[in-house]
Amino acid sequence: MTKMQRKPQQLRAVRDDVIFIAPAVVFFVMIVAASFLLGIYYSFTSWNGVGKHAAWIGLENYRYLVTEDGRALRSAWFTIRFTITSVIVSNFIALLLALILTQPIRGAKAFRAIFFLPNVIGGIILGFVWRFIFDSAFSSLAETTSLAFFQLPWLGTPGTGYWAVVIVFVWKTTGYLMVIYIAAIVGIDTQLLEAARIDGAHAGQILTRIMIPLMTPAFTVCLFLMLSWSMKLFDVIFSLTKGGPFQSTEAFSLNIYLEAFSFNNYGYGSAKAVLFFIAVGVVTLIQVTATKRLEIEQ
Amino acid sequence: MGSVLLFLVLLFVALLFLSPFYYIIVNSVKSYGEILKDAGSWPTHLVLENYSIAWKWVNFLQAFFNSLFITTVSLTLMVSVGAMAAWRMVRRSHRVSSIVFSLFVVAMVVPFQSVMIPMMKVTSELGLLNSRLGIIVIYQGFGMPFTVFLLHGFVKTVPRELEESAYLDGCRTMQTFGYIVLPLLKSILATVAILQTFWIWNDFLLPLLVLFDATKRTIPLAVFSFFGQYTDQWDYALATLNMGMIPIIVFFLLLQRFIIRGVAAGSLKG
Repeated sequence: MTKMQRKPQQLRAVRDDVIFIAPAVVFFVMIVAASFLLGIYYSFTSWNGVGKHAAWIGLENYRYLVTEDGRALRSAWFTIRFTITSVIVSNFIALLLALILTQPIRGAKAFRAIFFLPNVIGGIILGFVWRFIFDSAFSSLAETTSLAFFQLPWLGTPGTGYWAVVIVFVWKTTGYLMVIYIAAIVGIDTQLLEAARIDGAHAGQILTRIMIPLMTPAFTVCLFLMLSWSMKLFDVIFSLTKGGPFQSTEAFSLNIYLEAFSFNNYGYGSAKAVLFFIAVGVVTLIQVTATKRLEIEQ
Repeated sequence: MGSVLLFLVLLFVALLFLSPFYYIIVNSVKSYGEILKDAGSWPTHLVLENYSIAWKWVNFLQAFFNSLFITTVSLTLMVSVGAMAAWRMVRRSHRVSSIVFSLFVVAMVVPFQSVMIPMMKVTSELGLLNSRLGIIVIYQGFGMPFTVFLLHGFVKTVPRELEESAYLDGCRTMQTFGYIVLPLLKSILATVAILQTFWIWNDFLLPLLVLFDATKRTIPLAVFSFFGQYTDQWDYALATLNMGMIPIIVFFLLLQRFIIRGVAAGSLKG
């Protein structure tokens, strides 16, 4: 082959690269990357979202956020507590349900669908549904059962409001995680479990020594999903409590939203958004590298 | 004996999971006074007007078609564009491909709330605000990283031989992609489509920010607007909530097996 012949071929390859890859890149750069970079710029300004001029104020937004904005810090603290609780509770219940549903049980498929069901419904609708449950349904249940659990003012005090959000979110997410755990359990080589049984291992040993170690890829995924969902949760809170009572369930994501779209502090809101991205990125990165390392060690 | 006990435990948990649905269905056909009296009781007579009033108030048909239009067009475009990019990136793994791929991986962790403020400025400059086609374009940007990521992982496992013989037979790249590659990607395309359907259909914050007109509302926005107007008017509100849930629940029940398999496959490969 001569050079003359190869050239048009290479050109055609490059042209095809552009045709195939560019649309995806253009959409992404135009919407997400441009916004991301612009957001970093805004975070150093006092822009109010309307004016043409965005005054450069350096690190002032970040300083104010870290040292003076008590409301933002309280909302960050809510997100941290909420994330820890719901990651643990949801994964624990999901794993338990998955272990039960992989036993030979009548109607296992139907149960699986039932537990998954809340997940398909949008968070904004679920929040409203549970507002009715916590108010009206619980007061009806309180009358018939006279259990203290149903008599609590669930959406009325900071302490119970916190758990109300946890309950709804766990109810929504457990089924999804359960499906992933089930897939992992089904994927375990049954000969391995059989061999352990013949060697005299009891159920507890089989679970902790064989099954759970073999399920680490599923743990990586489920922890990752639940961490990022919990840290980013917005819609359920928006419709269930609107951050109340007394801003006690104001997640950091909601705090950013209010800062920008209720108080019109776009510059300051952008600074919060940048720190939020860093926090979410660092936490999920640490988790994924930690659990991936466990996977390799197995 | 043990399995009977397990079954009963499961049954109890399942009823617990389903109990909220009991309350919102039963009470959606009661009068307001009856709901207040006892939310646990069976309705004495059916008040179906709750539904017809809610239907008209939220303009449900319009919201349903807006949701349907936005979701299906977004998905079709996203899956086609994403598949093209993912396939080409795997097959010609030069520097640009790997840079794009790592960008997409990083972007998957970026919370929407981290870019929504500047996004309002960017999309208004691009003329994408308050338009159904506009929000479809915006979804392409936010959905592309995950779409390409999942497809990328799958394409790597597809053998090249078929494509090579297609080239030898004189197929152009586009033909090879359309006739040879796409059919091989069917299962993963379904997985991606299912995962993204739930996201777009149920998405709330992005439509809230970019769709202003009542006629352009998606279902979550229509439900939300009802509650903005009538707080705790539960007779109509519950009817609204049920109507809002029915389409996606029907979708889930019809495709249940594929959806659950898709969730497991999409997550464990990711």
